[in-house]
Amino acid sequence: MTASADFDQNAFVRALLDPELPAPNGLEARHGIPPERRFAVYRNNVCVGLVDALAERFPVCRQLVGDEFFRAMAQRHMRESLPRTPMLFEYGHDFATFVSSFEPARELPYLSDVARLEYAVGQAYHAENATPLPMDVIRALPFDRLAGATAALHPSTHVVASTYPIVSIWRRHMSDEEMTPLELNHGEEALVVRPELAVNVTALPLGGSAFVHALEDRKTFGQAVIAASGVAADFDLTGCLRELLLAQAFIAVGASR
Amino acid sequence: METRSAPEHSCTRERSLPARAGVGFKSAHFSDIEASAPDVGFFEIHAENYMGDGGPPHAQLMRLRRDFPLSIHGVGLSIGGAERLDREHLRRVKFLADRYAPAAFSEHLAWSTQGARFLNDLLPLPYNATTLAHVVAHVDEIQETLGRPILLENPAAYLRFQSSDYSEIDFLREVVRRTDCRLLLDVTNAYVSATNLAFSAEDYINAFPMSYVEEIHLAGYAEDADEIGDPLLIDAHCAPVQDAVWRLYDRALALRGPVATLIEWDNDVPAWPLLLEQAARAARFLDKQRSGFGDNARSEALHDGVG
Repeated sequence: MTASADFDQNAFVRALLDPELPAPNGLEARHGIPPERRFAVYRNNVCVGLVDALAERFPVCRQLVGDEFFRAMAQRHMRESLPRTPMLFEYGHDFATFVSSFEPARELPYLSDVARLEYAVGQAYHAENATPLPMDVIRALPFDRLAGATAALHPSTHVVASTYPIVSIWRRHMSDEEMTPLELNHGEEALVVRPELAVNVTALPLGGSAFVHALEDRKTFGQAVIAASGVAADFDLTGCLRELLLAQAFIAVGASR
Repeated sequence: METRSAPEHSCTRERSLPARAGVGFKSAHFSDIEASAPDVGFFEIHAENYMGDGGPPHAQLMRLRRDFPLSIHGVGLSIGGAERLDREHLRRVKFLADRYAPAAFSEHLAWSTQGARFLNDLLPLPYNATTLAHVVAHVDEIQETLGRPILLENPAAYLRFQSSDYSEIDFLREVVRRTDCRLLLDVTNAYVSATNLAFSAEDYINAFPMSYVEEIHLAGYAEDADEIGDPLLIDAHCAPVQDAVWRLYDRALALRGPVATLIEWDNDVPAWPLLLEQAARAARFLDKQRSGFGDNARSEALHDGVG
């Protein structure tokens, strides 16, 4: 077989992703009918399929900007960034970054942080299962010696810090709460955990995400407090621990070292 | 109502799918399924949706697997591509197949990946010696990795390539001959392709190597029109199976005999009872075949090897 019979997959993909290009050479429909309309079916399948995947992944962002705006934005993103694997639940990994530089969305400066939160919710949904630390174990923890201890967090745990109230925004759109005007002049730090089957989103005190990141890096609680205090001078350790315990974010608390 | 397998037999690997009607599993139907213990022959899932580490997808699948035979249907191996297979992805498929011991694993005669980019569609390939070599090598590698024959599905076509030297059926026969894989006959795809490319769907079904068919897919297509106003059918999995497809299915069953049949409905997912009703309709066609119709046609077909 000659090399000319080789099928130019690259040209096919270029034409799929750029509606300005004609259909690739070498295609035919029925006798006498140009291939354009039929090629457009593949183009449309790729585009609609991926835009739908993003719409499913970022439902609150879609509500915030409206369906039409969202689809136009998602389509632009799709042309720049295709999925890296056939696992569509991983798609949208860089959507928040794209949104932050998407000029028409400038009026909603919190949109990209909401997208980061929604991506974290999806990650938590598919994360590995693990058993949260039981309540009686937690009650028996030597809180006076906690400073030197390390913790293992539930694999579904994610934190997303924002200078906007992203947890409040997310909650209002996920529930049927009445839309009262929201003060945008404060930040929130979201905690995402899926202890069993349901993903929960709660707010940590400011500095909480730095605290969680430090614990994830196997730092001690004492070191994590220092990290959190670097972000919020009046870091509320008690409130942060309470939220993490209520969220069932710990699967183990290690001995002092 | 069929007797369910006892718990101690759960998760054993059936050698093949039962010759019954099954449905594509949607998580939106999980609570209906759990509450009603429906009389469904098997469930089929898309492999790629179950490649996360944990969470509700696996919890639901383990629950289903206890009571029903399972078919795993891949959409991401890109068998029809010129590039070598994504070994990482093949490893994920193997992990899933080992974990759930499905009665069948199927994939498509199509490609969906280019480089590190996944296009999320089943894209067409020309049928010639070059592409045949790629497809055969890919099917061989998958079967070797999974340790079982796979079912290869005929695609829905909107176009054809001038560089094709084989008909689709001759190409499939050749893949079967060289790899010993089995086939998944998508009757809707056959009808969609036949309409779009102006050939006879009946002839296609009559020529299909039925003795290698281990599963049939049925789905509803969407209708559009081309430049001159002729119907352009789209394999959208978005509607009840149309009458023309049921008629073609009847013909395929007459040739093949009763075989596992899946109702695929992936977009605008219907309420559970409507999906179940579609499966019940397929089951009636299967029963009709079992009661003795179509035996002559079948014996003809089963003597028609791929030689």
